[in-house]
Amino acid sequence: GLFVWHLKNPGIRQIPCQFVHLCRVANDRLITFQYFNFLKRMYVTQYNKDLSQRAKPKSDSVASPFRELQQLEQEKKIIHKIRPIPPVHQRLPETSSRNEWREIKSAAETEDSVTAVRAESKDDRQWKEMKLRLDDLPGILARLSKIKLTALVVSTASAGFAMAPVPFDLTCFLLASLGTGLASCAANSINQFFEVPFDSNMNRTKNRPLVRGQISPLLAVCFAASCGIPGIALLTLGVNPLTGALGAFNIFLYTCCYTPMKRMSIANTWVGAVVGAIPPVMGWTAATGSLDAGALLLGGILYSWQFPHFNALSWGLREDYSRGGYCMMSVTHPGLCRRVALRHCLALIGLSAVAPVLDITTWTFPIISLPINLYISYLGFRFYRDADRSSSRKLFFCSLWHLPMLLLVMFTCKKSFVEKEDKGDLLGGNRSRAMEIRLP
Amino acid sequence: MAVVRALRGGGCCYCRLLLSSSSASSAGGPAAEGGERQESAGLHFSPPAHSCKDWIGPPDKHSNLRPVVFYVPPEESPLERRLREARQEAQACDQRFWARHNRAFRQEKEEFIYSRLKAKGLEMRDETGQKATLNAEEMADFYKDFLSKNFRKHMQYNRDWYKRNFTITFLMGQVALARALRRLRWKKKDAGN
Repeated sequence: GLFVWHLKNPGIRQIPCQFVHLCRVANDRLITFQYFNFLKRMYVTQYNKDLSQRAKPKSDSVASPFRELQQLEQEKKIIHKIRPIPPVHQRLPETSSRNEWREIKSAAETEDSVTAVRAESKDDRQWKEMKLRLDDLPGILARLSKIKLTALVVSTASAGFAMAPVPFDLTCFLLASLGTGLASCAANSINQFFEVPFDSNMNRTKNRPLVRGQISPLLAVCFAASCGIPGIALLTLGVNPLTGALGAFNIFLYTCCYTPMKRMSIANTWVGAVVGAIPPVMGWTAATGSLDAGALLLGGILYSWQFPHFNALSWGLREDYSRGGYCMMSVTHPGLCRRVALRHCLALIGLSAVAPVLDITTWTFPIISLPINLYISYLGFRFYRDADRSSSRKLFFCSLWHLPMLLLVMFTCKKSFVEKEDKGDLLGGNRSRAMEIRLP
Repeated sequence: MAVVRALRGGGCCYCRLLLSSSSASSAGGPAAEGGERQESAGLHFSPPAHSCKDWIGPPDKHSNLRPVVFYVPPEESPLERRLREARQEAQACDQRFWARHNRAFRQEKEEFIYSRLKAKGLEMRDETGQKATLNAEEMADFYKDFLSKNFRKHMQYNRDWYKRNFTITFLMGQVALARALRRLRWKKKDAGN
């Protein structure tokens, strides 16, 4: 299988209970459920000689695969030292288990960090023939395309589609999701193709297929082309040209702008935030065929979310960034890093308030979302003021559940058609447009 | 002992033709069965004689890169030879760069910790014999400094890396195409006979 993990530690058995609780809290949305499923599955334990457990959260943002591409690139990981475990099973103390649970959550965001602990370290010491085995290929391609991140990107695009004020068209939805997924796979593969020696030197990314020589660079590029070209073609011809153009632009932005910029200037974070914001916009344009204010608002929400998420995460990775030559705010401009994170937490409150103005949601949305927005802003403020590891971790973990929760609330507060029809606004226009773009 | 082999200089500015320094950290792979591979001598690893593929090893402890032992087929075409040599060069360059860079990082980090501890009036090791460390906030100054000091070096390396990566991948494409055409011609000949 793709994901193999080995729960050796009895202390970890406490986690499922907490996990189930988490599930109950957000159980009425398939996407959220799947998201938490990913969290459960993306458990990483990888220990080496010093027995430090490494959680590998997704890089920048959970919900944007393109961003994830970047994010994962940025190797967010939180290293948590635990006491050495002798070969005989030993119960970890309570706090370590809790910390492990936290790391499991964060590890959910990593795409390829789930490994069998013992098997992996043994494998690592051996010389291997560089021969591509066909039964390994699906797993290798999944890791190459960062399939988990891609899935989360597709969820954000679906959220964009779902929020669009048009009747739901299943065919269009599936085509848009598939096209977005393929485009994301392509972008992720090219990203890994560009970053082999840097990935080798970072703990989070050192087990990637190209780093380990499981696949040749030529094959990686061919795979990227065979995903990207059909993906964009599908979006352009099967959905609409606008969505196709956005998809192609996003691939370009991620692979040719963000990836090289990571090593040149701190501005890469802003470019990466745009990359993360585009998928929901694509979902919206797939449904409506046009770039409305609603699309931009959704994109704006995701754009703002990236900053507290990534900046908090990057706070704990400064050593690896410094050694690897990555230009990140947390290393070069720490004050700016925290300011920007706080600024965008507050922006989320503002953007949530704009949603009803644009007729995307009812007025209940800013009210219901206020507690979670205020909470993340509070953690953002603590991070700004304290500038230490614990506040950065708190902010990061909050961002992990904040986004799915926000999107969920947004969806439940979506303005229904009936109300809009009564107002006699552009719904009629939207409907006809939706008809036009449907497949023959 | 490492074998210093003279290779073409190529476009790499760091490459001094040192193919296999102390890169092999593994305990050695399958025993050599008289297999003849050019680079295996230095890497303390010889793939089995029957294998006609490249072999990749565990990460080097200095550079964290995985060394590759390349297979030389008996009738290697000039194009395939170019590809193999380009990959060998690239490997040597990368190995050299990262080993040096990581070593410098570790060294400067030690020096920084030492100087900070001294300024604080503390010793490198405390009473229990544990190595004293600084927390992340104190190390932040070092990380920032190190990154800006090495910025130019990284820019140069990035440029070289992208160029080499594209060249090698393009050569791989050419070789794959040539091989496919050869096989097709061979099949046609067989079918003709």
